[in-house]
Amino acid sequence: MASRLHEGKRSDPLRHVVQRMVPNHGSIGLRALICALLSICAAASIRPISDAHRSAALDLFVPSGGLFQSLEETYEALRTFQILGVGNFSDIGPATCPVIIDNLTSPASSPKDLFDAIRVNSILECQIGSQTFKDVAEKFQDLIKSTDKLMNFYYSILGLLHVKAQGVSVVLPDAEGVFYSIKALSQNDGRWQYDSNNAESSTCAAGIALEALAGVVSLADIELVQSKIGTIKHDIVKLFDSINSYDDGTLYFEEKHIDGSEYKGPLATTASVVRGASAFAAIVSEKLNIPGDKLVGIAKFLLSVGVPSSTKDLFNQIDSLSHIENNRISIPLILSLPSTVLSLTSKDQLEVEVTTVFGSAAPPLTVNLVRASSSDVKNNPILENQELQFDTEKNVHYLDILPLKIDIGKYTLEFEISLHDPENLNTYATGGHAHSLIFLTGLVKVDKSQIGIYDTDSESSASMLKLDFFKDDKISLVANHLQKLHLSFQLFTPLGNTIKPHQAFLKLRHESKVEHIFALESSSRQYKIILDFLALVEKFYYLSGRYDIELAVGDAAMENSFLHVLGYIDLDLPEPPERASRPPSLSVDPYARFGPKQEISHIFRAPETRPPKELSLAFLAFTLVPLGGFVIGARVLVDGFHFDAQTKATFISHCFLSMSILVSVQLLTLGVNLKSFPSSSVHALFSLLFHAGIAAILLLYVLFWLKLDLFTTLKVLGLIGVFLIFVGHRTLSCLASTSAGKVKTN
Amino acid sequence: MAKSSSSDAQALIRSLRSAYAATPTNLKIIDLYVVYAITTAVIQIVYMGIVGSFPFNSFLSGILSCVGTAVLAVCLRIQVNKENKEFKDLSPERAFADFVLCNLVLHLVIMNFLG
Repeated sequence: MASRLHEGKRSDPLRHVVQRMVPNHGSIGLRALICALLSICAAASIRPISDAHRSAALDLFVPSGGLFQSLEETYEALRTFQILGVGNFSDIGPATCPVIIDNLTSPASSPKDLFDAIRVNSILECQIGSQTFKDVAEKFQDLIKSTDKLMNFYYSILGLLHVKAQGVSVVLPDAEGVFYSIKALSQNDGRWQYDSNNAESSTCAAGIALEALAGVVSLADIELVQSKIGTIKHDIVKLFDSINSYDDGTLYFEEKHIDGSEYKGPLATTASVVRGASAFAAIVSEKLNIPGDKLVGIAKFLLSVGVPSSTKDLFNQIDSLSHIENNRISIPLILSLPSTVLSLTSKDQLEVEVTTVFGSAAPPLTVNLVRASSSDVKNNPILENQELQFDTEKNVHYLDILPLKIDIGKYTLEFEISLHDPENLNTYATGGHAHSLIFLTGLVKVDKSQIGIYDTDSESSASMLKLDFFKDDKISLVANHLQKLHLSFQLFTPLGNTIKPHQAFLKLRHESKVEHIFALESSSRQYKIILDFLALVEKFYYLSGRYDIELAVGDAAMENSFLHVLGYIDLDLPEPPERASRPPSLSVDPYARFGPKQEISHIFRAPETRPPKELSLAFLAFTLVPLGGFVIGARVLVDGFHFDAQTKATFISHCFLSMSILVSVQLLTLGVNLKSFPSSSVHALFSLLFHAGIAAILLLYVLFWLKLDLFTTLKVLGLIGVFLIFVGHRTLSCLASTSAGKVKTN
Repeated sequence: MAKSSSSDAQALIRSLRSAYAATPTNLKIIDLYVVYAITTAVIQIVYMGIVGSFPFNSFLSGILSCVGTAVLAVCLRIQVNKENKEFKDLSPERAFADFVLCNLVLHLVIMNFLG
């Protein structure tokens, strides 16, 4: 449960009061525990690495059959287990070693695979022959010669370091050249580029580059010119100048350019820089010029993550903290409070622990409470300059607060650490003033509580009943709409001051479960409320009957926040008028929203009335009648014969059956007749093609109407049109020549 | 007077008929074609009057195809008629080719507008 709460949420301490709206008469201890657990999430409360982290490591890094998902994750798991001192490697070793050997010997392994395999091996120490190491070293050396990418340098240089640690002698060719190549990728602001093509500089890359440079120096084992190391130290200082900070004093690194695909959060970036800086600090003879306060800020940031919930975050946190713990610049000391909720009732003492990030003991020092001020009234400090005493058994600094007469409430404390031995200032960093938030809780006394009903006109002659909230007797009152309800009480802290609690509510609930909630007002010394039923008649929806009275008073610093059912009141309200608002219906079962929803009836536009099909078909037939008439008339004109009565009759009687056949046949004959069929075969061909072309175009139009779109139609029309123009020209010109010849002969 | 007017009308019609009979055959065919086109248009209007003009674009395209082709036929008749002095140089085949081309274009537009 603690790990889930440590997810960086800043929960309002009021939340636990809301939780108590459920009538709960549990023990004070349980409430204090809930209080304490929730308050641990409050601002600026950090704790060193503890067993919570160790159990989280065992829960997150779970191998299946001794194997993790990738060699990178294997390394992260093993390193975390090694630092925290948990986990056993007995089942991981036999399963992972074959994978490592496979990776190291396979020719298709990428540099990253080789690097992961070799660094897992440095922890697991599998049985691998030295020839394999020599081959791997050769691959790394070839890569260094041929590459200019930062990641390849990193993998090969650190891989060579691990190979060297196995006892195989390794030579770094052209160490100065490699140093220069890596340094060439650095930018003005202390960041690095991943390779020369990529224009963006990255803070993560800076950490990687520093580790690689440290590796170069330790592999090459020659005295690199001090100026070169000096430039790197300048870069580190510039990098640390670009550090970001949160309001509570924690410091972290973040990427300036955020690349969407490969975003590494502040934790990963800070971890990368810490690794690089500490690796470089380890190989340099004199100390880097980084102020200890910055290291304390970074350590606080890493601890403020709490217990991370992902494997990569946990590895980054633990690994970078272990580098901070063992670094040569200065070791941060963390001031933390084991409990930030102190109870006046149980006479708690204010306890403060000062340790390193992993909880190891600090050198002898004194903690001084510089200032304690109430969070509500910021400027007036309650306490100033109290020195805490040291308890050697429990290893904590404590202060007895009961004699100091501090009242309940929320306080901000400011601490200062002073080391006894001035020599230790070079090794340890105390980080200035540390701020902390605490709650002081206690029992609140309720006094002079009374409730009564009185008439509107006679305020003083109220028959007030005395209430005792902590006894179980219920009061019963009767009132009508012309009267008023009066409730008042006083609240006192353990030290006798009046307190204004965060919540003071009166709730009236009708038998039909309709509720009304009123807030109590506070005057100078007491809390009271006067319910004027005449004004509230409409708010109560004119519901008469029995109302249960409940009073809820709560505060974050109150150990005995309560929700009491005081009793009931029988209200007599007048009849509702016709247009009164109905009381709201009972709230629907919240799971009903997952049921089927109301059916939506769509309103469509009424479709246009279309004529009946038969009528349309009849008119279609009618339309074709004139065509028939035209064809027959043309035949009559051309051939010059007259219809006799018989043909007329046959035509009319066969009209509906054979009209189409007649039409088409007569069209054909007409066509043949009209065009006075040319004798020459060439001319005949052209005239036939002309007819075919026109028929094709008409067919195309029919297809266009049925199916085609305009563009294909136009394309095909263009083709047929060209053909038709050509053919038509030939036909008509030879027709013209024959008719001209006829005219001439005439 | 009524008798004389009716007989005048009859005489008028008879003279019109005899004059019309003198026109060449191809012109008569063109006249018949125009009559056909207009009749088809009238039938479509009657249909629209019965059922309402819901797909108005179809109605318009049908009417306009009939009217358009009638107009083109009238143009053809004018150009082909040998008694017209302005079109003496224009060969009837050329006029007929124009008629066919314009009809094709008209019907392309009509088919597009038919919907």
